[in-house]
Amino acid sequence: MRRILVSAVIVGVLAGCAGKDVKDEAPVEERRPDAVTAPPVTAPQQKPKPPVVTQVESKPLGANPLKDPNNILSKRSVLFDYDSAAVKDEFKPIVTAHAKYLTDNRGRKVVVQGNTDERGSREYNLALGQRRAESVKKMMMLLGATDGQIETVSFGEEKPRAMGSEESAWSQNRRADIVYDGE
Amino acid sequence: MRVLMGIALLLFALLGSILSPRPAHAALTIEIIGGGERQIPVAIAPLQGEARLPHRISEVVAADLARTGLFRMVDPGGIAPMPVEPGEVRYGDWTSRGAEALVIGSITPTADGRFEVRFRLLDVQKQVQLAGFSYTISGAQARNAAHRIADVVYEKLLGIPGAFATRIVYVVKQGPRYELQVSDADGFGAQTVLASNEPIISPTWAPDGNRLAYVSFEAKKPIVYVQTLSSGQRRAVANFRGSNSAPAWSPDGRRLAVVLTRDGNSQIYMMSAQGGSASRLSNSASIDTEPNFSPDGQSLLFTSDRGGSPQIYRMSVSGGSVERLTFDGTYNVSPRYSPDGKSFVYVQRSGGRFNLMLQELGTRQVIPLTDGVIDESPSFAPNGRMILYASKQGGRGILAAVSNDGRIKQRLTVQSGDVREPAWGPMQKGF
Repeated sequence: MRRILVSAVIVGVLAGCAGKDVKDEAPVEERRPDAVTAPPVTAPQQKPKPPVVTQVESKPLGANPLKDPNNILSKRSVLFDYDSAAVKDEFKPIVTAHAKYLTDNRGRKVVVQGNTDERGSREYNLALGQRRAESVKKMMMLLGATDGQIETVSFGEEKPRAMGSEESAWSQNRRADIVYDGE
Repeated sequence: MRVLMGIALLLFALLGSILSPRPAHAALTIEIIGGGERQIPVAIAPLQGEARLPHRISEVVAADLARTGLFRMVDPGGIAPMPVEPGEVRYGDWTSRGAEALVIGSITPTADGRFEVRFRLLDVQKQVQLAGFSYTISGAQARNAAHRIADVVYEKLLGIPGAFATRIVYVVKQGPRYELQVSDADGFGAQTVLASNEPIISPTWAPDGNRLAYVSFEAKKPIVYVQTLSSGQRRAVANFRGSNSAPAWSPDGRRLAVVLTRDGNSQIYMMSAQGGSASRLSNSASIDTEPNFSPDGQSLLFTSDRGGSPQIYRMSVSGGSVERLTFDGTYNVSPRYSPDGKSFVYVQRSGGRFNLMLQELGTRQVIPLTDGVIDESPSFAPNGRMILYASKQGGRGILAAVSNDGRIKQRLTVQSGDVREPAWGPMQKGF
C-alpha cells in the first residue's frame, strides 16, 4: 500500500514536470494536448504511463529557443529614450528575431508590456507605456507577425524593474517586455 | 462546460485572495501649514454627557474647524457651569475670551440604546441662535455626528457648505502589497476595501458615494473595475483588448468615460457604469487620457499630446470641437473640474518639479497652488474649497490638501507605507 502511494506521488510529480516543460516547448504543437497532464487528474493509483517519463527524460535543457540564453529570442526587453517610443537601433535585432519567430509560429502569441519611468502622471505614463508597446508591435507586424498574435498592454510607471530616482534606474524602466503566452 | 467551470473556480479563488476587507491600522494624522488671513474665533463648549460616546464630539468639531485654517479655536476651559441651553449662557464669559461664535449642547441616551445629540450655534456678539439641530445616533456614529455639526458651523459662519462629513479613498503600498483604503476626510476610520499584490491606481468616487471605479493590474494588465462599498461586490466593467484605465464618472453616476487602447492608441470612450460596449469619443492619432466630466455633464477635460506635448483640452461629450486650455510649459496633465465648473486644477511640470495649478475658466487666470517637488493626483473637496493631492516627503508618498487660493495647506501622514492616488468623495446623505 505504501509503495503504491509513493509511486502515485511520483506520478504526480513527474506529470507536473512534464506539464511545465511541454508548455515551455510549445512550438511543437503535438506535445501540448491534455493527454500529458491527464495522469495526475484521473487515476493516481495507476502505474506511470511510460510516455510521460520518457518525454521528461528525453528532453534536453535549452531545447526551447525562447529560453536558450545563447539565442537572441531569450532577450525580451526593449529600452527607450526619455519621452520616446522609437525602437532604437540596438534593440531592432531583438524585435526582428521575435517577429520572425511569430511569423514562423503562427500559433504563438505574445503580450508586449510597455513601461515608463516614475516621473509624471500615472495615467499619462500608462498611455506612454502603451505607445512604447504599440511601437514594438508595429515593427513586428511590418516584419510579418499578425495583429492577432500581439496584444499590447501598459504597466505605466507601476512595475519598475529598477528602484531608485535617478537616471540609472529610470533608463531600465523605460522599457517594453515581450512575454509569450503561457509564460 | 469544463472550461467555464474552471474559469469560475479560478475567479472564485482570485476573489478570495484579493477581497479581504478589514480595518486598516494606519491612521492619518493632520498637520496644518499656514492659515487664513482672518480666522473667525469660535468656542466649542464640551457637550454635556459627551464622555458617554467613544469620541468627544466637541473635540472632533474643533479639530475639523481648526484644520481649515479659517477658524481660531477659543478655549472654553475654566467656565463653570458649562452652558447647555441658550438661557444658561453668560455672554460676557465668551466675549472676554474673544469668541464670536459658540457651540453648546448635550448628549442624552435614548430608550433604545442610542443617543440624542443636541447642539446650538450662537452668535456671541448679537446673542442670537444661528442654528440648532438634534441627531439620534449610535455610539459608532459619534464622529460622523461631529462632522455634521462642523459642517453646520462652517456653513453658517462662512456661507459655504462644509465638507467634513465626507470620505476619501487612496492607495497604500506596503512592500509588495497594495491596499485601496477608504477613510473619513479627517483620516479616521480607515478601512481596506481591496488588497492586492498588483498595482491599483486611479480610484474615483461615483456621485452616490457608494461606488468606486479604479484600475487594477491583478490580471497582469490594467482593467477598470467598479466596486460597491456597501456590498463589497466588484465587477470588471472595462476589460477590452489592450489597456483599460482612467475611469471618470458622469455626474448622474450612470456612465463612465474610460481610456481604452483597443483601437491602438490611448483614446477616450464612453460606456455604461455597469459595463458592456464602449463607444469612442475622442478621435486623434495621439494620446488622449485623464477624462473628467464637467459638473453639468456636458463637457470633458482631458490630457492630450496632440500638440506635441501633454496639455489640457476640453471637448463636448457629444463630440465636436476641441479646445486647448493650457499653453504655459510643456507638461500640463491630470485636469479636474471644480464642483462649480468655473475652474479646474491640474498638474504642471516646471524645472523638474510637479505642482498643482488652478485655472479660472472665465478669465484663464492661473494660480499656482503648491510648491512641493512632486505634487500630483489632485481632486476637489465637494465644496470646492480644498484640493486633496499626493505629495512626497522623505521619498515616501503622503497625502496633502491645499485651499483653492493656495494659502492653506494640510499634510496628512500615515504611520507607515507609501500613500498615493487620493480622491475626495462626494457629500454624504444621511448617517
